[in-house]
Amino acid sequence: MLRGLSMFILLLWALAALFGGGFAAGANTIDLQRILAPPSELGLLGFDDLGRPLLERLIVGAQTSFLVAFGVVAVTSVIGSLLGLIAGYRGGWIDLLIVRLIEVFLAFPGILLAIALAGIMGPGLDNLIIALSVVGWVGYARLARAQTLALKQRDHVSAAIALGSGHWRILLRHLLPLIAAPLIVEATFGVAGAVIAEAGLSFLGLGIQPPAASWGSMIRDGASYMLMAPHMVLAPGCTILLVVFSLNLLGDRLRDRLDIRLTARKRS
Amino acid sequence: MTDPLLKIENLQTQLGDEQDPVRVVDGLDLAIHRGETFALLGESGCGKSMTALSMMRLLPPSGRVVEGDIEFGGTDLLWLSEQEMRQVRGGRMGMIFQEPMTSLNPVLKIGDQIAEAVRLHDRLRGSRVTKRVLELLDSVGIPDPVRRAREYPHQLSGGMKQRVMIAMALAGRPELLIADEPTTALDVTIQAQVLNLLKDLQRDSGMAVLLITHDLGIVAETADRLAVMYAGQIVETSDVSTFFQGPKHPYSRKLFESLPDSNKRDEKLAVIKGFVPSLKQQFTGCRFLQRCEESGDRCSREVPEWRQLNRRQGVRCLLYAEKPLVSKAKQDPQTTLHRTRKTSADPLLSVIDLKVHFPIHKGVLRRVVGHVRAVDGVDLQIPKGHTLALVGESGCGKTTVGKAILQLLKPTAGSARFEGDELTRLRGAALRKRRADMQIIFQDPMSSMNPRMLVGDIIAEGMQAQKMGTKPQQAWRVNQLLQQVGLSEEAAGRYPHEFSGGQRQRICVARALAVQPKLIICDEPTSALDVSVQAQILNLLKELQHELDLSYLFITHNISVVSYLADEVAVMYLGRIVEQGRVESVLNSPAHPYTQALLSAVPVPDPDHQRDVIRLEGDMPSPANPPTGCHFHPRCPQASEQCRQAYPPQAELSRGQRVSCWLHTVGQ
Repeated sequence: MLRGLSMFILLLWALAALFGGGFAAGANTIDLQRILAPPSELGLLGFDDLGRPLLERLIVGAQTSFLVAFGVVAVTSVIGSLLGLIAGYRGGWIDLLIVRLIEVFLAFPGILLAIALAGIMGPGLDNLIIALSVVGWVGYARLARAQTLALKQRDHVSAAIALGSGHWRILLRHLLPLIAAPLIVEATFGVAGAVIAEAGLSFLGLGIQPPAASWGSMIRDGASYMLMAPHMVLAPGCTILLVVFSLNLLGDRLRDRLDIRLTARKRS
Repeated sequence: MTDPLLKIENLQTQLGDEQDPVRVVDGLDLAIHRGETFALLGESGCGKSMTALSMMRLLPPSGRVVEGDIEFGGTDLLWLSEQEMRQVRGGRMGMIFQEPMTSLNPVLKIGDQIAEAVRLHDRLRGSRVTKRVLELLDSVGIPDPVRRAREYPHQLSGGMKQRVMIAMALAGRPELLIADEPTTALDVTIQAQVLNLLKDLQRDSGMAVLLITHDLGIVAETADRLAVMYAGQIVETSDVSTFFQGPKHPYSRKLFESLPDSNKRDEKLAVIKGFVPSLKQQFTGCRFLQRCEESGDRCSREVPEWRQLNRRQGVRCLLYAEKPLVSKAKQDPQTTLHRTRKTSADPLLSVIDLKVHFPIHKGVLRRVVGHVRAVDGVDLQIPKGHTLALVGESGCGKTTVGKAILQLLKPTAGSARFEGDELTRLRGAALRKRRADMQIIFQDPMSSMNPRMLVGDIIAEGMQAQKMGTKPQQAWRVNQLLQQVGLSEEAAGRYPHEFSGGQRQRICVARALAVQPKLIICDEPTSALDVSVQAQILNLLKELQHELDLSYLFITHNISVVSYLADEVAVMYLGRIVEQGRVESVLNSPAHPYTQALLSAVPVPDPDHQRDVIRLEGDMPSPANPPTGCHFHPRCPQASEQCRQAYPPQAELSRGQRVSCWLHTVGQ
């Protein structure tokens, strides 16, 4: 039941982001007649302080969050996994360098670093993705490195080296497929984290600039009218809550599914 | 005869789904008398451990006893409440397990762990508990029990931990001790110590021992009576001497024939074809039918009844029924392996003074504070087409030698020449090309294959890496290789986990053969396998050597495999080779005291064979801090002052036997 609901929410999010453009033509249309109007048959979720329809702005916001979340995860997971893989496999000074780099990044509170970066580079969607990516790769790198270290001791890696396989062949055929499962799980949680981070930065005004809509900036706009028009905060707030909650559920499920030890036991 | 201590009747234990259960124990009858050692013998998966767990009522959550009686000293264990059962466990019935490493709690001092058992079953308090703990430690032969009681499990060696486990089992003064493969995880010299200890304890306390094992040698050495288990049933019981004179059941006979030893050198080992049948089915005939070479028509229709042949021996086989089955046993044409050995002059591989030292780092700056001298000056030669066995106990560095030769580990010093080519100096593409000539087969076939790759891709990997042939040629060669190692072509499209242990090892052999190597390093290739499967792999290796003129470096701790397979043998102790030479001369007249002790500790599957085990005191020292002088002197029964001072030079005895021992150094 919960599982179906969470999948439904994620599907809705993806559909809104990918195909919602047509339904959200009026997202930036200011209608002074309907300023702060509560939900009604005219606008299912009501209108904001400039009389813009909240539902349509949510759909536009979905596009923003989807783009940022998947953009960030795509960049961070690839770069992070690759760095971790290389660090774990090669060892020596390369490993030392990457581990120190990871530790330096871990020492900064990630979101603060992202705020600083976004502030320096200036607001905008692309800069937002860059800022979040700079702090986001660390988790993948750590995970990939730890898994690789454990895995490269295995005999099938030794056997591949003994057969004369090159480094890339071993990395891509013998190591990456076996560490992919935990990385996929990590990436799912990464999407959830990126959604929240994007909302947070937009709330602070460092993300998408007005009049374009983002869930975070919608909450900020609504914060001043919280008592008069609670729907302005509740609509984007609940949306973020539901999407992140569903993503975390999905991540937990994937973890159970992909856990090699569990499936191996079932097989034997 | 008095009433038996333990009497099991028609025990049926099932695992898994109730609708579709796995009948792991299916109608088992057993009686053990006071003071005797009863061995339960069988290969993995035949239900030995499940029988023991049923007796202790410690089955896994999905398991249950569905029928039968387990009468132990007058009480039926199956009817006891859980609370009453707790009194029996560890009290009247003790148990020790295979893995002493995982059976002890790593965060408790061993004295406290034993004290816990003492308090539970002896109702002692205060200082008397401590006294009893020390008594127990002393009785299992742990030196300096006061100090040892204050140590944690990781500070003890494997043999010591197993002694502690035995001490804990003895805390309740058990009438029956269940020992489930108690020495399988231990080295032979330590195994001899532990088996001896069990024997002594039994003589002193008069308890009965149920010994679960797969090793015929151990049975012959320690047991009084035995039962052979197959597919959840007992197929033969006998007292030990009768059994070793002539086992009756075809399965028991096959087990004997598949044991490797030096007398079978020129023939193939007997193998048991096929697999243990699935225990999910209800049997309508004999369980061994498909694998039996003496079966007749009746065997598929009639479930063989238990038949007591005489007071000592009983068997479950139609060959011995009221109307005995006429065996149509066809004597296998004895397959002999003809060896045409040319003693080639120049060796294929020659290793000179090979050293592998691992640095020990300490502190923030990771400074090197010492070295683990895993391999410390090893010389080896392997001529073409020959097999050199490298023998030693765990931790002596034999695996490291293999990896260093293959350049999987970088040797610290020394040279390894292959066909005159210095391997340690090869780099990059030249090394990768050379790797085709030398392959390796590992102990655990499952972890030596990528679980996400198809068997066909696994075998073809070497050909791809070495750029041998086109795709279709590689596919054709994969099929040919699969046939060569005795698997069907369809195996190529399946994953490693779909195969049994022996089949997986065949796949590993095929992968090694794919690049047409001249030398294969076999690192304990059969020690994870059952004896009958081991025989198949050994046969395969021998056949391949004959066909392809391969050389093997066979790394093992199993002396009987060495005597069957090897031409030459090198015995390793603490990173150095202490003795090497022709197999016959080293095994028949060992010169080094360590070799002598090692050979004497191997259990022989012959109860009449009286052997004097040369007992080695203590354990192998750490290779990070080897003793001065001869590395073996602290454990050597013949050590002299000279041994403490300098490492002995190598002395050449007759017939090319070389030994490093002061006893054999003349004119020093």
